Amino acid sequence: MRRLPQARNSRAAAGLAGHPLRHESAVGHVTGQASYVDDRRGPADTLYAYPGLSSIARGNISSMDLSAVQCAPGVVDVITSNDIPGHRDIGAVFPGDPLLADGEVLFYGQVLFVVVANSQLAARRAARLAQVEYAPIDSHLDVEEALAEAYFVRPTHRQSRGDLDRAQAAADKQLTGEFHSGGQEQMYLEGQAAMAVPQDDGGMLVYASTQHPSEGQKLVAEVLNLPMSKVTVDVRRMGGAFGGKETNANQWSCIAALAAHRSGRSVKLRLARADDFAATGKRHPFFSRYQVAFDNDGTIKGLDLELAGNCGMSPDLSDAIVDRAMFHADNCYFLPAADIRGHRVRTDTVSHTAFRGFGGPQGMLAMENIIEQVATATGLDPLDVRKRNFYSAEDGRDTTHYGQKIEQHIIGPLVERLENTANYRARRQEISAFNAQSPVLKRGLALTPVKFGISFTVQHLNQAGALLHVYTDGSIQLNHGGTEMGQGLYTKVAQIVASELQVDMSRITCTSTRTDKVPNTSPTAASSGSDLNGMAARDAARKIKSRLTTFAAGHFGVSESEVVFEQGEVKAGQESISFADLAQLAYLQRISLSATGFYKTPKIHYNRDMANGRPFFYYAYGAAVSEVVVDTLTGEYRLLQADICQDVGQSLNPALDIGQIEGGFIQGMGWLTSEELIWGEDGRLQTAGPASYKIPAISDTPATLNVELLPDSPNTEATIFHSKAVGEPPLMLGISVWAAIRDAIGSLADHRASPALNAPATPERVLLACADMQKFMERQT
Amino acid sequence: MITFLLNSIEHRIDDIDPNTTVLDYLRDHLGRTGTKEGCASGDCGACTVVVARVSADNQLQYRSINACITPIGSLHGQQLLTVEDLAADGDLHPAQEAMVECHGSQCGFCTPGFVMSLYAHYQNHAQPDRQEILESLGGNLCRCTGYRPILDAAVAMYDPALEATPDQPPHNVRGTLAAMAQVPADLKGDNHRYFAPQSSAELAALYLQHPDARLVAGATDLSLELTQSLATITTLIHTGRATDLTDIQETSNHLDIGAAVTYSDSAPLLLHQWPELHELLERLGSKQIRNQGTIGGNIGNASPIGDMPPVLLALNASVILRCGKQRRSVPLDTFFVGYRRTVLGKGEFIERIHVPRRHASTLFRAYKISKRIDDDISTVCGAFALDMDGDRVTSARIAYGGMAEIPRRAHYCEDALRDKPLTEATINAAVAALAEDFCPISDFRASADYRMQVAGNLLRRLQLSHNLPAQQLQVTHYA
Repeated sequence: MRRLPQARNSRAAAGLAGHPLRHESAVGHVTGQASYVDDRRGPADTLYAYPGLSSIARGNISSMDLSAVQCAPGVVDVITSNDIPGHRDIGAVFPGDPLLADGEVLFYGQVLFVVVANSQLAARRAARLAQVEYAPIDSHLDVEEALAEAYFVRPTHRQSRGDLDRAQAAADKQLTGEFHSGGQEQMYLEGQAAMAVPQDDGGMLVYASTQHPSEGQKLVAEVLNLPMSKVTVDVRRMGGAFGGKETNANQWSCIAALAAHRSGRSVKLRLARADDFAATGKRHPFFSRYQVAFDNDGTIKGLDLELAGNCGMSPDLSDAIVDRAMFHADNCYFLPAADIRGHRVRTDTVSHTAFRGFGGPQGMLAMENIIEQVATATGLDPLDVRKRNFYSAEDGRDTTHYGQKIEQHIIGPLVERLENTANYRARRQEISAFNAQSPVLKRGLALTPVKFGISFTVQHLNQAGALLHVYTDGSIQLNHGGTEMGQGLYTKVAQIVASELQVDMSRITCTSTRTDKVPNTSPTAASSGSDLNGMAARDAARKIKSRLTTFAAGHFGVSESEVVFEQGEVKAGQESISFADLAQLAYLQRISLSATGFYKTPKIHYNRDMANGRPFFYYAYGAAVSEVVVDTLTGEYRLLQADICQDVGQSLNPALDIGQIEGGFIQGMGWLTSEELIWGEDGRLQTAGPASYKIPAISDTPATLNVELLPDSPNTEATIFHSKAVGEPPLMLGISVWAAIRDAIGSLADHRASPALNAPATPERVLLACADMQKFMERQT
Repeated sequence: MITFLLNSIEHRIDDIDPNTTVLDYLRDHLGRTGTKEGCASGDCGACTVVVARVSADNQLQYRSINACITPIGSLHGQQLLTVEDLAADGDLHPAQEAMVECHGSQCGFCTPGFVMSLYAHYQNHAQPDRQEILESLGGNLCRCTGYRPILDAAVAMYDPALEATPDQPPHNVRGTLAAMAQVPADLKGDNHRYFAPQSSAELAALYLQHPDARLVAGATDLSLELTQSLATITTLIHTGRATDLTDIQETSNHLDIGAAVTYSDSAPLLLHQWPELHELLERLGSKQIRNQGTIGGNIGNASPIGDMPPVLLALNASVILRCGKQRRSVPLDTFFVGYRRTVLGKGEFIERIHVPRRHASTLFRAYKISKRIDDDISTVCGAFALDMDGDRVTSARIAYGGMAEIPRRAHYCEDALRDKPLTEATINAAVAALAEDFCPISDFRASADYRMQVAGNLLRRLQLSHNLPAQQLQVTHYA
């Protein structure tokens, strides 16, 4: 195989933790050999299931005539709610998500019934032949109206501290305002898919594209009325997930399993893209109202903030998502007095769900908008307002509004560093000069910081398991509860095991994540994949290493401290033996070469009644500087340059980490710029595919994109090799693009008026904001 | 029967529903699952494959296309290359190797499509150039990487250290394809028919016999009826094999373009006369769409948001329509009669497009505005051809897409410009006149207000562009 010259690097070849090793499936990806659920060949008699979807937002089903569906060519079975042997509700945390509609319609695009046919096309065609009559009920589609009526899926949660009234009275200035941020479709390139294979013991094997195999297993078992031990879920890889295959993958596994259970044949289900858009949840749109009190130097004295998450029709994960928005409403800023309420607003749309950041981005963006408004009101550079309010070890400005003490003060130095490397101040000057002489195009610049809490805020999820086998030829099979969705988790965990056992990566095979290998796993979510599974895998590796050490010490007659694993060899005093030979020797001496590993995150707790505690093991930090150019005639814009510094602790794999950072940044930019979800008055999603829903394309990536991993900053907590999580935090770096666009618009009014710029900042919203600035200037003259 | 080369193996298909797409054929019939379905609407590029065909000058021409919206019959006489075909004996193609080394894949699902777009780019360009790379990859979406490593790979694949093993001898492929092309193509299956006439006359006769047939003129829009509406089309007639529909003639009066000429094939000649079209042509669909879509198809489907019609209206183009042996010339101005309706009668089709040659005194601009720069449908598309006498406008042809139920000229606006100096005052009057010309709708792309405002502002940009370079007027000049 040919290689680029720079890749001929022996350290990289060893592949130990810390090295920029390629993704374990990279060659499979580029050759098309890497297989996804729908690529899997079923037996010749495999059937295809397809859902029939509702076409109103809310109402009762008066009649559902499926005779034409039943008679359509190729149709084998038609399944409705009454055919479900077990549970009919698959709500993952709270009830409210019917597998199939049970008499009432809760959103446009809800699954009413399922067709099973001998081809995907036959099933899809037949699904459109249903005659359904509805008795519509007035629907709630507007979040502000629903909020006014307190139409909620869960009760409001409140976090407060300090004397807000006094802080407000004492401050130099106050501002109030409202802000909207839009939702976001995950738009994983591989749509939702599952394949169920009936087993001869009455059980079910499901090949799924899911971030949460154990939840899929539990729900399939409940729907089929089977013990969990009879259901296995297998996930080799996903073609992207981003939170959209956490709870939202379950329904398709359950439907495929139900169809397979009834027919006794393998059943595949793959959603067409438009139906995937219609039937699955997205990032929560958020609405916020704020009252902020601050001094003339930009210091925030108090914040009253209402965060209303638009949850759609059911609770799903919304409680935790709105909580996380609240946990991140401070971003990096100390709030001496704060009152933050998080509402879980119900609307009659698809139930919104996890998406990279999980509410964090929405809370953080609400705060960054406030910072921008404060900057305009005080006439300060927004960066100076940000720095003024950073958490610091001084004057007791180091505790969040929910009581967690900030122990690692990274954001100040990190931002200082980025400000210098990205040449922020000089570029600010240069941009002002450019804008003064450029009549149509205006440039904008912004530096925004990110502090992101790492841990599931639901405590019990912070655990993981692993299973490690060493075979007698010294090859190693590694399995853990984490799923591979492109982030490189399998690679990182294998590097950890390779480091622990000091063997070459080529010895290690990662096998698909399966509920029969490692049970009761948590979703691969909350950026926790390598933190949790890396630790569990290391635990398993250490067990085997310890057994081998004891054995080798005895065998070679040395003390255990004299047994050293190094570069594929095991040294015992003067003796040296290859890892493979030691494995063979140990086997002959009846030493177990298989181990499970386990990990649970220490230190974390949160008392929800008191709204106080330490929900996060640690925080990951980052910051980005973005520069944009905006066309004030059309509202179009371009990102010209982005400079990023991200704190990943001691990187497990710099190449994969940079991949997460760049990808997260561009995805975050998409959320705030071109990605716009629009529902019609009938509740139908009108932007239901990539023709109308525009995620960033290749020329949206700036010509200059500099990413630095913050050097010499190992995690002070005892995480795996003192690394930090990197999955979600970089998404919020995209906020800098939104702020830079806002900065360019503000230049039209010499930054004396504050552009109202709800997200996403589509060209239309940008042009509207430009017009506001121009009107402001007209009023001034 | 149709015949094509599947990599280097001759592949014949006879009994298949001609409504089958190349993607479904690959995945469901051949079990070649390396090519992925991301959207089945030509918008994400995950299904990108490469077809090679023999060009008019007897060269092998490699083009990326979206397999998901290509009817299987279109493959006749071509070589189809998929991601499975690039690596030989474990030896990766430079496009693949560079993607691996640059960490260009994460989840890997879009990767085969990117690899094929990179491969097509590699076959068509000797050197890496950022702008050309962006143009080749604008139709491939990646949700994981943020694209930077893929851009790096597009450069790195030219590293001499990754020198490619030569493909199978091109001469043989050329010869084989040329021989295949001699054989007429047709398909039948599931009571559906597919024809690929080899001349305009043959097409005319067939279309009279089958007046309800649908013309496959690129199929980038037509295929959505198959993949999204799940329709079946009884009779398909492919226009792209008629040699006298796929040629371009330059006469002393006009550019005479065969209706089945693709955007990619027409671009060089169009740009030669109207270099100002460069940006619009680059933003029209994606590379894959431009490789497949035809100008005749773009006019014939009469979409209110097609990008070529406003341009052709501004350039005073006319279309030659043919029905049987009858031909008539219709100014494009009068071709569109209502939402997706035209003057075309039963059995009548667009044979050629005549675009008058440019006058030296013409000020020409074409602007496209969309939510995203790459591969998006226009919110508003404006094309402006002003005949100038110094600073004075002697006549104006102004047309917009996205502003009405058809692509249409702005007559009131034109009147406001005629015989006026191109000043801010004139433009203000022309902008005001637009309100007489258009009453656009609000939809998910934009509100009516935005459309009106942008339509007017494009006139302002037009005026400013007389004195300011494009870098000071258009963000698209930064990439």
